[in-house]
Amino acid sequence: MPYQQRLVTIAGYTVLLLTAAIFLFLASQAWPFFSQQVDLSFFTGDRWLPVSSPPSFQIKGFMVSSFMITAMAIVVGCPIGILSAVSLAELLPRRISVLLRSVFEMTAGIPSVVFGFLGLTVIAPFVARTFNLNTGLTGFTAGLVLSVMVLPTLVSLADEALRAVPREYAEASYALGATRWQTIWRVIVPAARSGIIAAVLLAVGRAIGETMTVLMVAGGRLTTPGSIFEPMRPITALIAAEVTNAARHGEQYHALFAAGLMLFAITFAVNAIAAAVIVGKKEA
Amino acid sequence: MKKIMLLALALLVVLATVGCQRETTVIDINGSDTMVNLGAALAEEFMKANRNIEVVVSGGGSGTGIAALIDGVADIAQSSRDIRDSERTQAQTRGTLHEVIVAWDALAIAVHPTNPVKELTLAQLAAIYKGEIVNWNEVGGNNGPIVLLSRDTTSGTHVFFKDFVLDGAEFAPATMMMPSTEAIVQELAQNANAIGYIGLGFVRPAVAILGIKADDASPAVVASVEAVFDRTYSLARPLFFYIIGDITGDLKAFVDFVVTTAGQQIVRDLGFVPIH
Repeated sequence: MPYQQRLVTIAGYTVLLLTAAIFLFLASQAWPFFSQQVDLSFFTGDRWLPVSSPPSFQIKGFMVSSFMITAMAIVVGCPIGILSAVSLAELLPRRISVLLRSVFEMTAGIPSVVFGFLGLTVIAPFVARTFNLNTGLTGFTAGLVLSVMVLPTLVSLADEALRAVPREYAEASYALGATRWQTIWRVIVPAARSGIIAAVLLAVGRAIGETMTVLMVAGGRLTTPGSIFEPMRPITALIAAEVTNAARHGEQYHALFAAGLMLFAITFAVNAIAAAVIVGKKEA
Repeated sequence: MKKIMLLALALLVVLATVGCQRETTVIDINGSDTMVNLGAALAEEFMKANRNIEVVVSGGGSGTGIAALIDGVADIAQSSRDIRDSERTQAQTRGTLHEVIVAWDALAIAVHPTNPVKELTLAQLAAIYKGEIVNWNEVGGNNGPIVLLSRDTTSGTHVFFKDFVLDGAEFAPATMMMPSTEAIVQELAQNANAIGYIGLGFVRPAVAILGIKADDASPAVVASVEAVFDRTYSLARPLFFYIIGDITGDLKAFVDFVVTTAGQQIVRDLGFVPIH
C-alpha cells in the first residue's frame, strides 16, 4: 500500500477510535453510579433532587422531554424542509435556488443562543397567548424553535440527494409522457429516498443534541411532562445546567454522566436504525 | 526601509506588552451569579488605584466557584451559600480555608405588576413553593394557577431558599428551574401568574415586589437595604468570599478594599446590603 493510502486509512480509523474513546470515557464516568444502583428507578422514576439529603437521581422525565421536543421538531420541520429541498432542486429557477441555498447555509451559522433568545422573548409569549397557557416556556415552544434550527441540515442534505439523482431518470420519465409534477413525485423523490431518510435522521441527531436553546426555552420543570404544552427539561439541558456545579466524582457528577451515556445510546440507536433502513431498502 | 521600521515598531509593542505582563499580578474570582456584578464593580474600582493588579471576575454559580477554588483555578470563590461539609473537607486538603462575609443580600419575592396580591406570610410562601397552595385565589388573588419559578440547583440562591423558606423540604414538582435570575425576571415580566425569588440587585420596574410577613401578626416588610440592616426583613443571607491559604500581598489588598467604606459603598450602590 502506498503511504498516502495508508495515511487516509489511518485517518478513517482515527474517527472510529475517537468515537470509541468518547463512549469509553462516558461509560467509565457513569459506571460508579450504575454500580451503586440496585434497581431500575434511574430510568423509571422522575425524582431528580441533587441538593437534597438523601439526594435522588432519576431521569425518566428528562428522557421523555428529549423525546417529545425532538419529535415535535421533526414533525414540524420535516415537511417544510423536504418540500423546500424539492423546490430548490427541481422547481425554482437556478438563480433563485442558488441564492436560497446560501441563505439556508447562513441560517446554519446562527448561534443557538440567538435562537434561544428569540424563543424566550418572541416565540414564548406568542405560544402562551395563542394556546392560552400558564407559561410560554414549554416543550412545544422549544420544539417549534428547534424545527427551524434543523432546517439547514435537512434542506441542504435532501437537496443534495435530489440533485444526485441521474438526469436520465427524469428524461426517461418525460419520454414516457409523464408531467413534471409526476416526474418529481414518482421518479426523482423515490430515487433520492435513502438520501432523504439520512437527512431526516441527521436532523433528529441535531435536535436531540441541541442544548442552549432548550435550556433557555423549554421551561426547566424537572418531572415527567404530561403533555408537550408543559414546561420540561431535556437531558442535554439537565447536563448543561448542573455539571459545572456537581462536586467532581460525587454522586451527582456520575449520575449526570449516566444521563449523558443514555443520550449517547439513544443517538447511537437512531443512527443504527437509519443505517439498517437504508441498507434494507437498497437490497429490496 | 518602511517595512523594517514597522517590524521594529511591532517588536517594540510586543516587548512592551510582555514587560507589562511580568509586572501585573492577576487575581481570579469565580462563583455566584448573584455576586458577579458586585465582584466586577469592586474589581473595577480597586484596579483604578492598583494598576499593577488585574482582577478577573466570572460567574457560573456558587458551586462552580467553590469547585474552581478547590481545583486551584480561582483565587477567590464568591458564594451566596455556606460551603458544604464535603467541599470544606476537599478545600482543607489544600490549605486553610478562609471565609469572609463581604455583603448581605435580601431575596425579594417578585410577581407580575398586575398581580393584586401584595403580601404573603413566610408560611404561605413555603406552602406555595411546596405545591400545597396552587391557586392565587387561596392567598387573596385572582383565580389563576400559580406558576412557580426557581433558580437551578446550581445556584446558592436555590439552596438558601430551600433551607430557609422550605425548611429543607422539596420544591413542588411543577417548579420551573431557570438557568439565571435574568430568565426569572424575563418570565415574571410577561407572566401574570408567575412568582419568583430574585436578589435585591435584580429588582426592575417590570416586576412587583411582595411584602413578606414573618407570621400572621407581624407587619408586611418589603425587601430593601434598610429593612435588612435593621433586621425587620428576614429573607436575607450573607455573601461570602472563600479563599484557601494565607491572605497576603495583592490578595489581601483586594479583600481589605472590599470591606472598607469605599468598597461597601459599591455594595450599597449595586442594591446589596453593606456589612457595616
